[in-house]
Amino acid sequence: MGDRLEHLYFLQQLINGLTLGSIYGLIAIGYTMVYGIIGMINFAHGEVYMIGSFVSVIVFTLLASFGVAAIPLGLVAVLLCALVFTSAYGFVIERVAYRPLRGAPKIAALISAIGMSIFLQNYVQQAQGARVKPIQPVIRGGIELFHGEGFGVQISYVQIVIIVLTVVMMSIFTYLITKTSFGRQQRACEQDRKMASLLGVNVDRTISMTFVIGACLAAVAGMMVTMYYGVIDFYIGFLAGMKAFTAAVLGGIGSLPGAMLGGLLIGLIETFFSAYFPAEYKDVAAFSILVLVLMFMPSGLLGRPEIEKV
Amino acid sequence: MTDTTAPELRKTLDIGKILKDAAISAVVALFLAVPLLGLETFDAGGKLGVRTRWMWVVIAIACVFFGKLLMNVWLSLRPVKTKAKVVNEASVRRGQIIIKALSFAMLLFALTLPALPFSDRWWIDNGITVLIYIMLGWGLNIVVGLAGLLDLGYVAFYAVGAYSYALLSTAYDVSFWLVLPVAGIMAGIFGILLGFPTLRLRGDYLAIVTLGFGEIIRIVLLNWVSLTKGPAGIGSIPRPTFFGFPFGRTVPEGQVAFHQLFGIEYNPEHRLIFLYFLILALALMTNWLVLRLRKLPIGRAWEALREDEIACKSLGINPTNTKLTAFAIGAMLGGFAGAFFAAKQAFVSPESFSFIESATILAIVVLGGMGSQFGVVIAATVLVMLPELGRDFGDHRMLIFGLAMILIMVWRPQGFMSHREPTLRLNSGKGA
Repeated sequence: MGDRLEHLYFLQQLINGLTLGSIYGLIAIGYTMVYGIIGMINFAHGEVYMIGSFVSVIVFTLLASFGVAAIPLGLVAVLLCALVFTSAYGFVIERVAYRPLRGAPKIAALISAIGMSIFLQNYVQQAQGARVKPIQPVIRGGIELFHGEGFGVQISYVQIVIIVLTVVMMSIFTYLITKTSFGRQQRACEQDRKMASLLGVNVDRTISMTFVIGACLAAVAGMMVTMYYGVIDFYIGFLAGMKAFTAAVLGGIGSLPGAMLGGLLIGLIETFFSAYFPAEYKDVAAFSILVLVLMFMPSGLLGRPEIEKV
Repeated sequence: MTDTTAPELRKTLDIGKILKDAAISAVVALFLAVPLLGLETFDAGGKLGVRTRWMWVVIAIACVFFGKLLMNVWLSLRPVKTKAKVVNEASVRRGQIIIKALSFAMLLFALTLPALPFSDRWWIDNGITVLIYIMLGWGLNIVVGLAGLLDLGYVAFYAVGAYSYALLSTAYDVSFWLVLPVAGIMAGIFGILLGFPTLRLRGDYLAIVTLGFGEIIRIVLLNWVSLTKGPAGIGSIPRPTFFGFPFGRTVPEGQVAFHQLFGIEYNPEHRLIFLYFLILALALMTNWLVLRLRKLPIGRAWEALREDEIACKSLGINPTNTKLTAFAIGAMLGGFAGAFFAAKQAFVSPESFSFIESATILAIVVLGGMGSQFGVVIAATVLVMLPELGRDFGDHRMLIFGLAMILIMVWRPQGFMSHREPTLRLNSGKGA
């Protein structure tokens, strides 16, 4: 009978891991898209996610103070606000810190990105205070799936919302990239920016749009993390950003399904590691996986191997 | 017609376009400012409340509008350079002479700083901090500037050095002078351990792996409480002695204090001045080492590898081993600096080795112009003193630090010292 408890515990961790993985996956897509199109690590992407979560906290609190009780309406309002305001940040980050450095050495752009990350972190800390921001749980309750040995496997409504929202966002996003003219331009720029511009693609606009879309996905992730944990601070962007980047590399950088897969894997690894081993070392586990993957599978799970040309 | 001088074209001032552009920026600024500046969350009796600060939004938008307006006016009135600046031998040589003269002046200043009339505790304290960063910058310069490997976790080696000294000196009472090489070797070994599997990777991947490694070291230091005492850190680390003569006012039986040795009045600043000269010596040693290494085959191989890896492979250079030496030597120098840091602070905790330190050191190398030893000095001075002088700005100093990193990079993507002196010249520079 002990086995059954083990299985239930495993199942619970699986659900938690998938939830966390959805959040990482959405952030990872932003990294992988930007890397694909301009070949640089958008170091400030974690901060975009952090800003998304702050906007969500502010709007949630505002709605609560106005006494808006209808949950679906409230969620849509928060989602829209987070999307609009956060994507504005994504847009401006590219314009201010990356566009002037497009022709410069890669490392200069990386330093500028790190500077942007430091700036945004401190900006939010100054503007909103350094204390952690708790919110009242928005969606309470959940469904008990199995029960046995005094342990119930639960999937909470928040987890359902997160997973459903991720699937919806991913569907919209996949449609956008594979079926629309913007998606075609985006993929063209990714393959060969110069050739695309010769064929009439507005490269600057495409890159701006890439940042905006990445920021939108990060904003959704930020909103989800706010609902899931109910508490955020200005520092959450750094670690989440690093793990999401790990996820992007694990999935094969430049590959969009790879980023989502990598995100889910990192979420699962982190959750299972903290369930069965000392939880303080869960970040070490994520990075060790990254090193191992890069050693034995440098192009990631779904990435194309890069051929070096003379 | 004055065609002999470079003709300067002036664009016309298109007021309508400039105003429109500024207005668009202001609208974007509105979107940025409303949620984070306009609405502030605060603790309202255990719950979160929101209050408004519309004044801030108005100020922010006005700043953006007029800032953009002025920038556009300046950009359109700026004379357009039609001729590329010709770099000739004479001007390059003049530049070298100026840099050499400045280097000597700085060295002289550094050597005489404690004796200068205006210098006090503040000057020497900051001098030590700047010199630590200069040394770290020079160490990282081997990895990033010469070998072209992007290392975002350099602070890990600094931490290894610092904890080596902290642990060995508190547990076994080993003297600073013995631990110094040990700390360097320890950091070097860590460099090899990290580098061996990862140096085959492409540039950006290496950056992320080193970043992850830096975090791993910090997390281990934070959580291995039985060894490192975790977040509390290791305190009361013995200070370095003047070759066996301690600096205290009172010394244990059988030992001679520094002031007794020289028969001078006891002054607590003696220790500080000694530490200052110690780090100055370490930094100069690093500089000398780097300059020598650049002239050795291994240094040439690093620079060749940075420029073209495939060409190097075809000439029989083993890229992984060559990179590994750069990584290990860079790590070793970081270890020395770390040991000194632990001795100076007499206290180490994982907090001192966060990612922001790695970013600062990397920023020093890149801002200085990668590969330039002199540039590192300038960049280290600017970046270390900026937050220090900015203490008047209080909490805003890191905000300004981040902003400065962006602006300097946008302004000079090549760094302060953009000209890279070739180590080898055909025909000894004539006829080039």
